[in-house]
Amino acid sequence: MKLSIPRFWREKAAHYRLIGTRCKSCGRISYPPKPLCPYCGSRETEEAELPRRGRVLSYTVIYTVPDGFRKYAPLVLGLIELENGVRVVAPLTDVMPEEVRTGMGVEAVLRRVQEDGEHGVIYYGVKFRPTMEY
Amino acid sequence: MPRPEVKTGIVGWGAYVPRYRLKAEEVVRIWGFEKSMPQNLFIVEKAVGGPDEDALTIGWEAARNALRRAQVDPAEIKAVFFGTESKPYAVKPSATVIAEALGITPATMASDLEFACRAGSEGLRASIGLVASGMMKYAMAIGSDTAQANPGDVLEFTASSGGAAFIVGPREESAAYFEGSYTYVTDTPDFWRREISPYPLHGEGFTGEPAYFHHIISAVKGLFEELGLGPDDFDYAVFHQPNGKFPLRVGRKLGFPKEKIMPGLVTPWIGNTYNGSAFIGLAKVLDQAKPGERILVAPFGSGAGSDAYSLVVTDKVEEKKPLAPTVEDYIRRKAYIDYALYSRFRGIIRRITV
Ligand SMILES: [Zn+2]
Repeated sequence: MKLSIPRFWREKAAHYRLIGTRCKSCGRISYPPKPLCPYCGSRETEEAELPRRGRVLSYTVIYTVPDGFRKYAPLVLGLIELENGVRVVAPLTDVMPEEVRTGMGVEAVLRRVQEDGEHGVIYYGVKFRPTMEY
Repeated sequence: MPRPEVKTGIVGWGAYVPRYRLKAEEVVRIWGFEKSMPQNLFIVEKAVGGPDEDALTIGWEAARNALRRAQVDPAEIKAVFFGTESKPYAVKPSATVIAEALGITPATMASDLEFACRAGSEGLRASIGLVASGMMKYAMAIGSDTAQANPGDVLEFTASSGGAAFIVGPREESAAYFEGSYTYVTDTPDFWRREISPYPLHGEGFTGEPAYFHHIISAVKGLFEELGLGPDDFDYAVFHQPNGKFPLRVGRKLGFPKEKIMPGLVTPWIGNTYNGSAFIGLAKVLDQAKPGERILVAPFGSGAGSDAYSLVVTDKVEEKKPLAPTVEDYIRRKAYIDYALYSRFRGIIRRITV
């Protein structure tokens, strides 16, 4: 399963820094960023950096993984509600499936997401891990 | 004329250690070593990066913690030096990805440096120069590795994953300011890895005395002479930590008691993080140091060279400590894995990828 290098590059702010879009008409935030507001259809949107902490609303464990993902298996995908109420779907990391709980606090970190085989590009992006309190 | 270093200091520090741990007993069990080996090396367990971690992601988290403590606008950082010997790409900088992901790009210097375990320290000394000269207000040096060791080699007990980062800035904003620095390098064939080799080799007879001990002792004595200081003037001493024993022994040779070395000693519990080794030790000392205390730091890299720095802790250290997780927080956060899972996580098991 190959990603498009130009597309990933265009979207790197979203992948690296959790940058979404805020609609200038209705004020709602979308992630991943969208040129067109999915709530009111407005084209007037601006960049918005999302909070890095949230909680797991729901999750699913994927055992039959796509090509190239066996090294990360099983994949745990979370539906996460961020501190500002925005919901994102993202991989969870640093947890075994049996350790994941709905409601658990998580925070965004930068991890390897995918690589184009042994010789191609390595893609980095946001994953969520259990929040480290300090 | 005052030394240029005194205009600069560490305005933010941060470390990162992955969650997984491999007990030294596991290496004994799998490779048929003597049971006394871990004790001889003073190594209990080592940190292992997860399957989605590499030197870049480790460096990112350390750098992010340093930024939290520095509380500066990332765009004001004008240099990012990334020291590693396990960069994800042979050609394509990791420093640019980290800089981009932290909002430091595009008006910044960024490069990956290589000098075995002291590349990050070369970045630190360069940062001091760039800030002291007035060319920039802030510069960042990161040391990070997912250290490789040939399976079954004695290095496998210690080679581990982790990193730390320091943001150098004006002395007035610093948690600790630099008093001086001194570098000592020679051509020494103690440890190397060729481009196509997955694992490093070490030159028997060159490790230890002619490499680690000679270079660290020479750098530290050079610093002492320039600053007119001796071991009694320091409250802490942090050295490169290839195992738990060497830093204690080099400290003893230089006149430092164990009590001044233990606060910055991390290898027995997380392993040798190569470029992260002395850096994490320094981060751990800053996590606990009090204003007015003086710190000696001496990283070492094979090939070979050592840098010695003298730092004096300021009042600002207290307000910065709680802004990011401490080294101790990361050491305590752990989950044990066996040798099989370690092999999978670190790519020791070769698969054909399609
Ligand atoms: Zn809208």
